[in-house]
Amino acid sequence: MGTGYGLAESERLPKTIFEQAISGNRRSLAKLLTAVENGEVSHELLGISPRVVDGSVIGVTGAPGVGKSCLIERLLSTWTSDGLKIAVIAVDPSSPLTGGALLGDRIRMESADNNPNVFVRSFATRNQPGGMPNAVVLAADVMRHCDYDIVLIETVGAGQSEIRIVSVADRIVLVEAPLRGDEVQAEKAGVVELADMIVVNKSDLEGSDRAAANIISALEVTSNPPPILLTSAKTAVGIEDLAVQLRTLPAKPGAELARARERLLTAWDSALLSRKDINEVLDGLASSENSAQEWVEKNLRW
Amino acid sequence: MRIVIAKPGLDGHDRGAKVVARALRDAGHEVIYTGLRRTPEQIVRTVIDEDADMLGISSLSGAHAFLFPRICQLLVEAGCIDVTVFGGGIIPVDERPILFDSGMRAIFGPGTKMQEMSEFVGAVISRVSSNQPVGVGEGGDWVWSSGE
Repeated sequence: MGTGYGLAESERLPKTIFEQAISGNRRSLAKLLTAVENGEVSHELLGISPRVVDGSVIGVTGAPGVGKSCLIERLLSTWTSDGLKIAVIAVDPSSPLTGGALLGDRIRMESADNNPNVFVRSFATRNQPGGMPNAVVLAADVMRHCDYDIVLIETVGAGQSEIRIVSVADRIVLVEAPLRGDEVQAEKAGVVELADMIVVNKSDLEGSDRAAANIISALEVTSNPPPILLTSAKTAVGIEDLAVQLRTLPAKPGAELARARERLLTAWDSALLSRKDINEVLDGLASSENSAQEWVEKNLRW
Repeated sequence: MRIVIAKPGLDGHDRGAKVVARALRDAGHEVIYTGLRRTPEQIVRTVIDEDADMLGISSLSGAHAFLFPRICQLLVEAGCIDVTVFGGGIIPVDERPILFDSGMRAIFGPGTKMQEMSEFVGAVISRVSSNQPVGVGEGGDWVWSSGE
């Protein structure tokens, strides 16, 4: 649906649509992203090679309600007034039962509807493992080819699964907020260790200094702690600094293996779930004909 | 289907739009909700960027007679002729023909059952797959009537 009805045959070719998108046609870019999301195109088909990591694709992750969308809106207005073009991929969860999704991140991004130098696209997870659709990698590459200087990827607001963002983004920003409790810090250990920057948002609230201090003290025991910034998406305090630092943010050393592991898992999951017989396999497992462990050992040995 | 649900104009009553968004999600669709007080231009931009198949617009303030046709006109001008537009809210029956003339395919009033919304989306899908006109700029005189 929505990938070509009403367009002439020649206009439906991905390569043609890609060229139109590169020349600045928003509708062509949107249609191409649909094809990417549906797995209908590949780097090969578009004639591009996978992007070299250069810090221009930035993942923004963190628990629900810490202010990821509002922070992104602040970055959009700051960067576009500096003359940059910014694309956003906003990921929200799909229902595991119906496959439906309610995609609401743009509500908090005013620039999404107004600013000509901003392109926001909502992606549903479509139940891919780790809450990160595999198509996001190609989508971000396509956006970079269409002259968007920076691509921001907003993850679903969730816990440990957020680690999958390291397989698609060059840099990871973890957003935290005060008053979230000590246990939560422990729960977030995995992401904290991989983040290239930690932002403690809602600095207008009481307790934000202490939240930042808690994170700093938790990280002091690890080597190479990432920079920690205090911001308020509400009052814009700290936003300028964040916008500047994000443009030259170095990758956190020592995270290479973890990133490679996530990339491998993403590719593996994708290969598994795109098997032609996947529905039969799932039906078999659901009716308990065999256990998942048995199936894996029988079919995925090498 | 990717469906944008939008609230044009100054009307702040979005309970209906949210219920519809949720019901369509539960029916397995990907629904993008725009939030309140959007201009026709902002709504069309969302439809384009999100590559929506359908657009649902809701108004309870009485401004539908201006806003709905304006949105349809902007969609056609932007080349989105294949997007199916439907509406809801307080829309008097005698004001509906002009909305259908502007390219809308359905108007749902208070008391509409979610089952009917699902049937409408199903009818749109089957028309798209059989190449029958159902988009805002595709012409033809098909509009939804319940019990179809």
